[in-house]
Amino acid sequence: MEIKLLSEHYDKKEFQSLQGYKKYGGYETLKKAFSMKPEQIISEVKDSGLRGRGGAGFPTGMKWSFLPQNGEPRYLLCNADEGEPGTFKDRLMMERAPHQLIEGMIISAYAINSAKSYIYVRGEYNYPIKVLETALREAYDSGLLGKNILGSGFNHDMDVYRGAGAYICGEETGMISSLEGKKGQPKLKPPFPAIKGYLGKPTIVNNVETLAAVKYIIRDGAKAYRKHGTEKSAGSKLFSISGNVNKPGTYEVALGYPLMDLINNECGGMKNGRKLKAVIPGGSSAPILTAEEVQKTTMDYECLAQMGSMLGSGAIIVMDDSNCMVDLLKVTLHFYHHESCGQCTPCREGTGWIHKIVSNIVSGEGRLQDIDLLEKISKQMMGRTICALSDAAAMPTLGFITKFRDEFEFYVREGRSKVKEVMAHA
Amino acid sequence: MFKLSDEGVAYVKKELERYETKRSAIIPCLYRVQSENGGWVSPESINYLSELMDLPVAWINEVFHFYTMFNKEPVGKLHVQVCNNITCCMLGARELTEHISKTFEMGIDELSKDGKITLSKVECLGSCDTAPMMQINDSYHENLTPESAVKIIKDMVHGN
Ligand SMILES: Cc1cc2nc3c(=O)[nH]c(=O)nc-3n(C[C@H](O)[C@H](O)[C@H](O)COP(=O)(O)O)c2cc1C
Ligand code: SF4
Ligand code: FES
Repeated sequence: MEIKLLSEHYDKKEFQSLQGYKKYGGYETLKKAFSMKPEQIISEVKDSGLRGRGGAGFPTGMKWSFLPQNGEPRYLLCNADEGEPGTFKDRLMMERAPHQLIEGMIISAYAINSAKSYIYVRGEYNYPIKVLETALREAYDSGLLGKNILGSGFNHDMDVYRGAGAYICGEETGMISSLEGKKGQPKLKPPFPAIKGYLGKPTIVNNVETLAAVKYIIRDGAKAYRKHGTEKSAGSKLFSISGNVNKPGTYEVALGYPLMDLINNECGGMKNGRKLKAVIPGGSSAPILTAEEVQKTTMDYECLAQMGSMLGSGAIIVMDDSNCMVDLLKVTLHFYHHESCGQCTPCREGTGWIHKIVSNIVSGEGRLQDIDLLEKISKQMMGRTICALSDAAAMPTLGFITKFRDEFEFYVREGRSKVKEVMAHA
Repeated sequence: MFKLSDEGVAYVKKELERYETKRSAIIPCLYRVQSENGGWVSPESINYLSELMDLPVAWINEVFHFYTMFNKEPVGKLHVQVCNNITCCMLGARELTEHISKTFEMGIDELSKDGKITLSKVECLGSCDTAPMMQINDSYHENLTPESAVKIIKDMVHGN
């Protein structure tokens, strides 16, 4: 069953405006937050078990407590770059409920004592940016941003920054470089942004959904938030579901929800009654699950890790039996090759090679040893680069060729897809 | 010689003050140049911007080259960008791209004969629940078929 926590009022047009948002209790939680000490908010967020919703699932409260206590100014950055293929929940959140994000961010900024935050939005998101800019103006005009917010003595400025087309700017250190007006190349960690981030200052980077969730944790308390989800995967999560289902879209459910229920109930089952073949459960960087594995999958961090995949950004791509896995791996690898920033050899060369090898197979020019070569190169791409993009290309490759090896072998042997006619040139 | 309009110059001045560092204004100012230069950023406009912003040309070039949304060559009045990532491809994006390409007799990243349209394939645009989809200039067009996509483009060319 869907739960309506963050998404409760997304269906109401008026929720986009400050006035409409206030009608449903908007900014009441901010008042509550100001009656608490910043440390109390941090410990509430810790107790809630909230983990980052941007991909890595790092505990949010713990990240916040890494900030050095030396009186240096610190920044809060909201990651709205949303580039992971299959993901569209942040766009919905910004379009439908900009004030929910802004309120969550002011509360978070107050907790970590930050006077300045940016929302870094991917460049293609023109409409969400417009919505956010309007909402920020409304917030400033009503004294919700700026000096001495609601008489609390807390000052905070917030702005939107528009990216310009680069998936790698979703990686937190890449985003920081980009915001500094440079090319968005990631930097080696440590130092982590919490120690040395934007302009060399301590910086917290969190995803849109993470920061919006903070509002509900403070509104209802950590204990109430924990009622949703599982022991290690607390709370609700917005899943972006696309592919061969009847009702693709964004659905909020408690973590731990069975994947088959999402497909059959929320999404109205498989389109045209076709057979389920596979699911990518966490964005295209997450290793694919076979139909058989999907039956056993619940949507939480532990279960997906156990299945050798990950919850990632919560982007679920559902595939029926008309899809050719060799072809879809090619499409995916084109993306990673295109988006590699080129700093690290295993990533720059590796994504190029594996994309080329799979493209050759799709053109009917593959050799049987190519499949082993793909595996070998992928393994060499893992764990030895500045950021996780290289792994994000290698992991799904290993998943595809291990779980659908027969399709790859068939393609090589016969020079054509086992499943369908593939547009080899496209 | 490329020059920004008076409003454009005022915009640049304001952006230079808006962020913690002047350098952060490069992306927004390049967008401005692109929109006042008919959709692309020419080499001469980079020199112009460098002088206007009083920032090194190398800094501006670094940003210009890194980000895909800055067009390196002239584009048509309509920049048709069809998502060719995974979900869109599963639901017919490549067939759709090919149909557009044939109908308007233009290849990928090429101008149509009348110079009005450029067709590009792009990565996931965060609209996979309405796949296949495309972005034309600033707006999204969703749940497309090859026919509906061509109709949308034709209507826009004719200014409807
Ligand atoms: C290649 C790459 C791309 C990423 N893209 C995004 C993104 O688009 N949005 C996002 O929130 N996090 C993205 N991340 C994760 C961020 O680096 C970071 O972990 C996250 O923003 C932290 O926020 P959270 O703890 O709230 O999830 C990406 C990571 C990598 C390696
Ligand atoms: S792993 Fe790839 S994307 Fe990440 S820093 Fe290295 S080259 Fe760039
Ligand atoms: S795959 Fe096309 S919009 Fe996401």
